[in-house]
Amino acid sequence: MLRFAVRRIGLMVPTLIGLSLLLFFWVRILPGDPARSLLGQRATPEGIERLNELYGFDQPIWKQYVTYVSALARGDFGQSIDLHEPVLDAFIDKLPTTIEVTFVALLLAVAVGIPLGYYAGRHQGGWLDTAIVSTSLLGVVTPVFFLAILLKYVFADQLGLLPTQGRQDARIDVDHPTNFYVLDGLITGEYAAAWDALQHLILPGLALGTIPLAIVVRITRASVSDVVHEDYVRTAEAKGLYAGTINRRHILRNALLPVVTTIGLQLGLLLSGAVLTETVFALDGIGNYLYDAITVRDYPVLQGFILFIALMYSIINLLVDLSYGLIDPRVRVS
Amino acid sequence: MTVEYVPGQPQSQPQTTIAGHGDRPLLTVTDLSVTFTRRGRAPVHAVDDVSFQIRAGEHVGLVGESGSGKSVTSLAIMGLLPRGGVEVAGSVDFDGQELIGLDTATMRNLRGQELAMVFQDPMTSLNPVITVGRQITEVLKRHRDLDKADARTEAVDLLTKVGIPDPARRVGDYPHQLSGGMRQRVLIAIALACQPRLLIADEPTTALDVTIQAQILELLRELVSGSQTALLMITHDLGVVAGLCDRVHVMYSGRIVESAERRQLFARPRHPYTGGLMASIPRLDQPRGVPLTPIPGSPTDTLPWSQGCAFAPRCPNSEVDCRMHTPALEPADNRALRCFHPLTTDPRSVGATHA
Repeated sequence: MLRFAVRRIGLMVPTLIGLSLLLFFWVRILPGDPARSLLGQRATPEGIERLNELYGFDQPIWKQYVTYVSALARGDFGQSIDLHEPVLDAFIDKLPTTIEVTFVALLLAVAVGIPLGYYAGRHQGGWLDTAIVSTSLLGVVTPVFFLAILLKYVFADQLGLLPTQGRQDARIDVDHPTNFYVLDGLITGEYAAAWDALQHLILPGLALGTIPLAIVVRITRASVSDVVHEDYVRTAEAKGLYAGTINRRHILRNALLPVVTTIGLQLGLLLSGAVLTETVFALDGIGNYLYDAITVRDYPVLQGFILFIALMYSIINLLVDLSYGLIDPRVRVS
Repeated sequence: MTVEYVPGQPQSQPQTTIAGHGDRPLLTVTDLSVTFTRRGRAPVHAVDDVSFQIRAGEHVGLVGESGSGKSVTSLAIMGLLPRGGVEVAGSVDFDGQELIGLDTATMRNLRGQELAMVFQDPMTSLNPVITVGRQITEVLKRHRDLDKADARTEAVDLLTKVGIPDPARRVGDYPHQLSGGMRQRVLIAIALACQPRLLIADEPTTALDVTIQAQILELLRELVSGSQTALLMITHDLGVVAGLCDRVHVMYSGRIVESAERRQLFARPRHPYTGGLMASIPRLDQPRGVPLTPIPGSPTDTLPWSQGCAFAPRCPNSEVDCRMHTPALEPADNRALRCFHPLTTDPRSVGATHA
């Protein structure tokens, strides 16, 4: 298993180099002149030239790449053209919001989706199975922004059970050593603050988690209903094992592989930011930040964040592969 | 302690009479019927009024082509048929306990402990993500209450017993690290882990290489002979039965068509189907180039038993009455036979597949 892990991690290096190359050139190919879009309609040719010089846009493209990579190596992701702050700082500032919401959304998808999908797969054709499958279809087809607004309207505006927006009540004034608000509250002993931050996460988490939940339900159901008919499940039955043992050890464990893949893909998607959910709940996450950067062609921000997302995907993929290895011994050898 | 079966001593009436030794049979299957029903389709009678008995230590063969209902019979005995769309009627009495309709919890206690089964395909019958050791120990822990260390020791012993080299290392292997023959040995170890009183082997050699087949049969024979474990061997291969079983039941289209003590059956098969099965066994003592003798047609060319003899469409002896009346299973000539026009001459003697 260890050798499998090391080999798998080694494979990430060329992937990342390729990624940086691809990203750099891809951003340069995008239509539109960054200097012109920054300075607006009334930009003078002199202004544009000055800006190009300042950011190195007048240099040959390979030189720009060398500059970019050597800066990256120093941990310098560049400076936002629009906001005049280091990309890395924005990163550290906005990422925790996205991670917190992602965590809640994914927890929902996994903790609810796997049991529901498992049940549906074992009782195919039953009324509960039909209900689960049709509800999950509803979950997939409901647009996220609509669901977000609906949740907010019902639970926050009408029932007043949960806060409407933001990450924490504005009146709460506590330290944020990690910028993960729930974690911060727990670390500093401000449990009320942690609880408040957690409440702020519920609605966005629900809105964002619905689609992954529906997908996890469906994949788990399909996978379980396949595995149930495998010969080794019959062997397990012939051994007289308890139903619980058969379910866990012989069915679920074998059914989990495609589910893990799905969860990995969904995790990557969620971490790339959710512009709509962030907008509805006024969350200052990376979704909105990226969206703004795209509209003004803020190259360093785009590069930094896309590289970050690519890195995230690579890491998630690595984790998925490693858990494959944990679940299925056959993966380790190949 | 073993009830030695005395070959050559005919049992009075194999079908319905209790064995002559005075001991009660271990398993008594009476009028077992399994019907698969699916909405919008005619019900399929996979097993139709099948009755037979097995005594402790006895080896019984259930022989027939695919679709003859032999595997379904075994699954019905084990209570492993799917729950939906299946009707099981009749009785399966295991040492005084009725298994048909038995509650799930009691059945789970019997399975793996008193009744065990070895399946056809060792490549798919082991869980690929768990070590073989664990797949053996889990049944020991379940039924014999062994703790982890004892179960492991016992698992190594079992692997040794089924002839797996370097068993102490092999317990940590996953199924994909073992060959097909080894996997079947593991499955046999699992089945015999709790010294069951009845072992059902459902075509245990069909999926294996020919050279391995003989080894596995020999292993099974070694392990069950001299023990009280009764063996129900399910196969399409009369050669397997010839080397292993005391008594043979030949099934066709869900019903038993001929039951006899092994020697009687092989010396003089009476049912044309049995005769056909024997004639189709390839033989080494035949000159080269002589074609095999198949049974004409396929198991799908059957008549429903309600309309006559199911084998009539493929039968060389069939006459008009075969398609008008259903033959009953009746005692005849040291056996039970379901045929109006049985074979009269010995078609040929058959050699055993020697293990």
